[in-house]
Amino acid sequence: MAMNPIGRPTSPNTDDGAGGGFETFSGSQGLMQQEPLLNEVGALDKCGVDFASGPAARSRLGGMERTAQIGLPGLSEPEALRHYVRLSQRNYAIDLGLYPLGSCTMKHNPRLNEKLARLPGFGDLHPLQPQSTTQGALALMGELSRWLCAITGMDAVALSPKAGAHGEWCGMMCIRAALEDRGELETRRRVLVPESAHGTNPATAADCGFTIDELPADATGRVDMAVLREKIGPDVAGIMLTNPNTCGLFERDIREIADLIHEAGGYFYCDGANLNAIMGKTRVRDLGVDAMHINLHKTFSTPHGGGGPGAGPVVLSERLSQYAPLPYLTSDEDGWKLIENQEDVEGDAKPFGRMCAFHGQMGMFVRALGYMMSHGADGLRQVSEDAVLNANYLLARLQDEMSPAYEGVCMHEALFDDVFLKGTGVTTLDFAKAMIDEGYHPMTMYFPLVVHGAMLIEPTETESIESLDRFADTLLSLAKAAKDGEVERFSQAPVLAPLRRLDETRAARSPVLRWQSA
Amino acid sequence: MSKLYFTEDHEWLNVDGDNATIGISTYAAGQLGDVVFVELPDVGKTANKGEDVAVVESVKSASEIYAPVSGEITAANDTLEDAPETVNEDAQGKGWFFKMTVSDASQLEGLMDEAAYAEFIKE
Repeated sequence: MAMNPIGRPTSPNTDDGAGGGFETFSGSQGLMQQEPLLNEVGALDKCGVDFASGPAARSRLGGMERTAQIGLPGLSEPEALRHYVRLSQRNYAIDLGLYPLGSCTMKHNPRLNEKLARLPGFGDLHPLQPQSTTQGALALMGELSRWLCAITGMDAVALSPKAGAHGEWCGMMCIRAALEDRGELETRRRVLVPESAHGTNPATAADCGFTIDELPADATGRVDMAVLREKIGPDVAGIMLTNPNTCGLFERDIREIADLIHEAGGYFYCDGANLNAIMGKTRVRDLGVDAMHINLHKTFSTPHGGGGPGAGPVVLSERLSQYAPLPYLTSDEDGWKLIENQEDVEGDAKPFGRMCAFHGQMGMFVRALGYMMSHGADGLRQVSEDAVLNANYLLARLQDEMSPAYEGVCMHEALFDDVFLKGTGVTTLDFAKAMIDEGYHPMTMYFPLVVHGAMLIEPTETESIESLDRFADTLLSLAKAAKDGEVERFSQAPVLAPLRRLDETRAARSPVLRWQSA
Repeated sequence: MSKLYFTEDHEWLNVDGDNATIGISTYAAGQLGDVVFVELPDVGKTANKGEDVAVVESVKSASEIYAPVSGEITAANDTLEDAPETVNEDAQGKGWFFKMTVSDASQLEGLMDEAAYAEFIKE
């Protein structure tokens, strides 16, 4: 078997796999079907549909016509369909089982919300329709804004950002605009970012023209207050802090952090990625936050796959509201209105600009509001409670055999380090790969970076106790196997998956980015 | 006569007079796993102690390489661009990252020698 430089197998599971242990003629193993690449299914000279040839037309491209083939294979409809259905059957999905990556990737999408988003009145709207014909949709956006402001206690919300990082950028641009308004943009250059932050935080601050100053964590996994006090000064533009943080811990000193930043004249950007752990329990306004994005997929269960479509609305404090980007929503006796252009801006609003062509992701707005209204205020509070309860249940079930990274209870994510694997010859990566053989998608691994060999588990609120127990029992059995010296089971894993372990090193060092015919 | 120092960021520097060669320790290379990409500093650039001047990316993570002292970058190990695996194969030899001048020798005082570093990574 081919081995990569760290002694792990690389070859696809064809000759030495599980199952019956014999090689099939087709390469498929029962219902696990071999599927070639699209380029290998179709061919350049094939066409899946019959078109009558069009009338002869004079080219108006002035000699710029394409003369070579574009290199895309032709497939019939069933060929294309089978290709994607076969691939989808090899995939792991939230609809198939517990997904320990948690809400970062996907939590359960209630089907009611899917139904609502497909109502023709919402689903068939065009963003360029006259506003007089989209009053219902605008009213829904108004109602969503009201819920988001009520849940966070904040003054205003910008709905147009399309994702968390886009929301971060929106919030930091508001802070930038506010500093510019105060004439302090030139002197306030520094943004404080904890070292456990989501990587997008420092990237956003840098993109908005600020320099990044890292804050270390203390022994409990939270911001080191002594260092924070040292670093605060008149050149600080603000802080970007996630709460609960990426270690799954509530930043207990958050009020003091906010006060220190405000006293120094800076702004507090809160990364709201983990709002799903505190919704209905903690009012963001009371924490002293000036701007915070809300990932609708994480907290309000909108779908989130393949990078979009997403929505990352940003709630703003009174100090920043006026800088919210175009377009924004207003209402008067004539109904709802989207303010689209700078010349239509009224009052003291000073939008910093526009972030995207239209007003945001309507389909996500419908789903998120559907989620809020079907849960109600008490139900949303219970979402957070159950998310935290489930994570702590796993933490409690696993803590004797695995090693929690920090002492005490966690929020919605349970974080372990690799101390329990020390001396076993099994790494975090091996452990994660072995989970695939057990039928689970691995948890987040090697993040946050501040924890050695990190394993971050977020079960989310919708898992039943039976599901959590099955998962916990599986991890406990793996931990025991590692300690009992069954190293081969880990270093070879995954054995039962459609593909064996890939050679990540070679993939990174010499990636093949284009299909080439043999 | 050159002398080998280590930093708490797991970098080594081999100092010969006013010149130093810098890389990451064998221990650090092992922790990173297979190195897949190295970004080197521009020769001629001056860097302050603690400033990030290079990047090393492995299958597990991307880390910054800091200037362990202040000075001017005098050479960069271009071979790493095509053969980043050299860092894993010979971290404290052929896998050096860059060379720089040492503008203030007193900055060397807080650094560890080989024995102290061996003790440091035991913790």
